[in-house]
Amino acid sequence: MNLAYPDATRLAESVRGQEVSAKSVVAATLARIASYNRSLNCFTRVLAESAIAEAERLDRAIAEGQSVGLLAGVPFAVKDLFDVAGQTTLAGSKINADRPPASQDATLIRRLKQAGAILVGTLNMDEYAYGFVTENSHYGPTCNPHDLKRIAGGSSGGSAAAVAAGLAPITLGSDTNGSIRVPAAFCGVYGFKPTYGRLSRSGTYLFAASFDHVGCFARSVRDLALTFDCLQGPDATDPVCSDRPPTACLPHLSQGIAGLRIAVADDYFVQGAEPSVLAALEQVADCLGVRQRVIIPEAARARAAAFVITAVEGSNLHLADLRQRPQDFDPATRDRFLAGALIPANWYVQAQRLRRWYRDQVRRLFHQVDIILAPTTPCVAPLMGQSTLQLEGEEVPLRQHLGIYTQPLSFVGLPVLSVPVHRPGQLPVGLQVIAAPYQEALVLRVAAALEAQGVVAAPIVEPPPNP
Amino acid sequence: MEAAQNLEALVKQLALLIDLPLDRDLQPGVVEQFCQIAAIAQLVMEFPVPEEIEPASVFEP
Repeated sequence: MNLAYPDATRLAESVRGQEVSAKSVVAATLARIASYNRSLNCFTRVLAESAIAEAERLDRAIAEGQSVGLLAGVPFAVKDLFDVAGQTTLAGSKINADRPPASQDATLIRRLKQAGAILVGTLNMDEYAYGFVTENSHYGPTCNPHDLKRIAGGSSGGSAAAVAAGLAPITLGSDTNGSIRVPAAFCGVYGFKPTYGRLSRSGTYLFAASFDHVGCFARSVRDLALTFDCLQGPDATDPVCSDRPPTACLPHLSQGIAGLRIAVADDYFVQGAEPSVLAALEQVADCLGVRQRVIIPEAARARAAAFVITAVEGSNLHLADLRQRPQDFDPATRDRFLAGALIPANWYVQAQRLRRWYRDQVRRLFHQVDIILAPTTPCVAPLMGQSTLQLEGEEVPLRQHLGIYTQPLSFVGLPVLSVPVHRPGQLPVGLQVIAAPYQEALVLRVAAALEAQGVVAAPIVEPPPNP
Repeated sequence: MEAAQNLEALVKQLALLIDLPLDRDLQPGVVEQFCQIAAIAQLVMEFPVPEEIEPASVFEP
């Protein structure tokens, strides 16, 4: 871990041990945000005043010998679809700016604050989370810290870019079809989408309820495990949040991969990927000694069904505004929302039946293996404004196809971590580490083993400072 | 060509049915998106899901 930019775990140790004050940590974070955010456009709001006040309160508590949480003094930021008390939740839209401020924090923000973390701001995204690019027409695009001419990915683009550039060690995002994993891959950070229903979505602005997950970004696997452990737990205010007791992952991180059956996803999941992506996949598979290949059946149909269900549920959520003020939607999402409102019921119901069939097939597959590896995206971060992508020699619309490898997995709610393959001097590539439902601990163990070998890493990027 | 015209007419009729105003300048984009969704939906509709498979959505009373 870079000593100049410690990870959240190390930061919290330093704050608890009074090596540094929480106030100085937050002040340094705010200064870095001020230096780089105009270049990157990660933040939609910086909550400097409340963050400094909270840091001072925490420092007083530590000085008085009070017990503070495992994330004491760690700055964090959230995708702008998490409710922050006193702020209007924009969800990347102009329309929601007319709404009143949230009356309370989202459940996951409350849990991180209870652990001592300090909220420093809200982060840019595609409008209503409908996209993989974060080229938001209302609030501007988020730039990729590795190359400002390239997209950060989306829809949690601000969350991924902020972590990559060291503007916050931990951020929260949401993932309906790949919106945590795609930007994590493009920005070269860890992006973790736990099992569907594992983390509470209460107080987040939904997109397509059948698939909406929330999760986190970080620069180390231990930070992800620590954060995930703080976030877990039932929540009666989210109708899909699991009643299962939390499964602590941090204590198991160093168990290694001995005995785990790991395979590479073949067929659909290697079709269309750029050579550099496939090379990274081979590199990671070799490092783990993986020879086995598995085929996830009918993944293309799974993606198609996810596409239909997303369009229907997203459009229904916004139907009133689509009727009354379509001109206020981002042009990039408006036509898809409008078209989704017209989908016949049979397509939707058939897609939901296919989802159950496919889930049964995937469950069976996990009788044979514990972990599956697959690329996160078919390419490295595309250029800003790029509208098409070459996929198996065919030119296809970019926005719909960046999620080809992520959609068939969130379709059935599997826990997936996109890990950044370490490729110094080159644009980042992400790989998905996939497990059976509720097996987050296995995912994190494999990632920790790869991190220990230096095969995956998320070093801080130094983007050009503000113009 | 005829199929494309049929889809354009269908989009307009469906929008009327659900009381969704579609300004003339928005129509080409919506028709294009609907065509894309229709093509993708064929992958779903042509697959013979066994009769006993229920929809995945769950409701707990």
